[in-house]
Amino acid sequence: MLKNKFHLIISTLVLAFTLGSIKYANAESIILASTTSTQNSGLFDHILPAFTKETGITVNVVAVGTGAALKLARNGDADVLMVHHKTSEEKFVKDGFGVERFDLMHNDFVLVGPDNDPADIKSANSVVTALQQIEKQKTPFLSRGDDSGTNKRELELWHEASFDPKAVSGDWYRETGSGMGATLNTAVAMQGYALTDRATWLSYKNKQNMQVLFEGDKRLFNQYGIIIVNQNKHPHVKRKEANSFVDWLLSSKGQSLIASYKVAGEQLFTPDALK
Amino acid sequence: MDDLWQAFFKAISLVVTLDDQLLEIVWLSLRLSLTAVGIALIIGLPLGAVLALTRFPGRRILNIIINVFMGLPPVVVGLFVYLLLSRSGPFGVMGLLFTPTAMIIAQVILVIPIVTAISRQVLEELYNEYDELLRSLDASWFRRITALVWDAKFSLTTAGLAGFGRAVSEVGAVMIVGGNIDHLTRVMTTAIALEARKGDLTMALSLGIVLMTVALGVNLVAYTITESAKRRHAR
Repeated sequence: MLKNKFHLIISTLVLAFTLGSIKYANAESIILASTTSTQNSGLFDHILPAFTKETGITVNVVAVGTGAALKLARNGDADVLMVHHKTSEEKFVKDGFGVERFDLMHNDFVLVGPDNDPADIKSANSVVTALQQIEKQKTPFLSRGDDSGTNKRELELWHEASFDPKAVSGDWYRETGSGMGATLNTAVAMQGYALTDRATWLSYKNKQNMQVLFEGDKRLFNQYGIIIVNQNKHPHVKRKEANSFVDWLLSSKGQSLIASYKVAGEQLFTPDALK
Repeated sequence: MDDLWQAFFKAISLVVTLDDQLLEIVWLSLRLSLTAVGIALIIGLPLGAVLALTRFPGRRILNIIINVFMGLPPVVVGLFVYLLLSRSGPFGVMGLLFTPTAMIIAQVILVIPIVTAISRQVLEELYNEYDELLRSLDASWFRRITALVWDAKFSLTTAGLAGFGRAVSEVGAVMIVGGNIDHLTRVMTTAIALEARKGDLTMALSLGIVLMTVALGVNLVAYTITESAKRRHAR
């Protein structure tokens, strides 16, 4: 009886683990560490099926903030990295974790807020003045506060505006510590301002009375880079599959597919690889 | 209020049209949670029985530890399992991170304390009632334990159901170790979190309603089985 039970336990465990592993074992697949902004925009659903159909390689997207994505890739838990903070990306390559960084695509950041625009940032002549006006009015400003690409950029902009928002964190400057969409949900509820990438904003469905209030400053340029994780650091990286994915994204086919992704008639990303 | 009604109707239409994507994530949720509960029962029931029916030094401390672990934050379990399974971690070579197996492991860790604590409670009460009788029959230690577990089998379904509730509703741990990958590790809870992040609150809420319905279904099945078994037993 005891022996039978032992057999039962072992076979259940084996069954559980095979059930769990069936799906990824029989297909070629790579893991792409990317950002919530690209996932929430719906871009991957638009471009990845075409790649899988052409090559038979499945791309498994893990969407976290840029900071977290870089950390995942450093640990060797991803094959390809697609994020948007050039300085950190270049450091990642320099430290030997990435093979090479390529410009993939860009869009821009915008400042959104309630339509009555209490700090009157609509009339600001640069993003720096816009932030200074928000600071003067002490209107709620919702920050990602999660070390994401958007968060890093936002802090750089505050720095340019000669203001340290962390000093008033919890007062009118509020850090959500969550993804872009969750932060926008909070901004809507608190009727505050927020910095967001345009792609997430356009595909975001809970806008209510919020709208884009400031855009067009060249400081708001938002570029996505793509990097293959270095096999010298992490031998298990699927170099061949990762290469064909990156080559495909940078080819005219991948680039035109990126350009063709539209939400409500607006193009979300401008391809950068073919110049 | 409108949003709530909308979510409700959307939930119904999702279920009625048998949306493919929905079926996929419901099936994955069920498969993972039931597997996790199964494994947790195999480990937790005997552990609960040992804690209830035997006396050994350190037993009380173990009981307290298990009670504390019932309140284990899922995110902490997620991080713990991530660090173990990461390519830079001790089990990295197995390549289990961002797979359903990783999610099962996290859920097993979350469910074991619940299953253990409940079965210990149930068995302890029975033990106080029947142990003298069993002893007077001169039954062996092993016979006594199996007799008690067998007798408690209906009450022990509660342990399984409570564990299932924890596993199927949990989001923090499976998000970290599964990565919420479409068609691979996306389950009900991570899909709800994703829709909420996209600002599609109606869709998020309707998925929540579907999740509740699935949980209700599992509970009904468990209830029906135990009830009919009880009736057969009584006859």
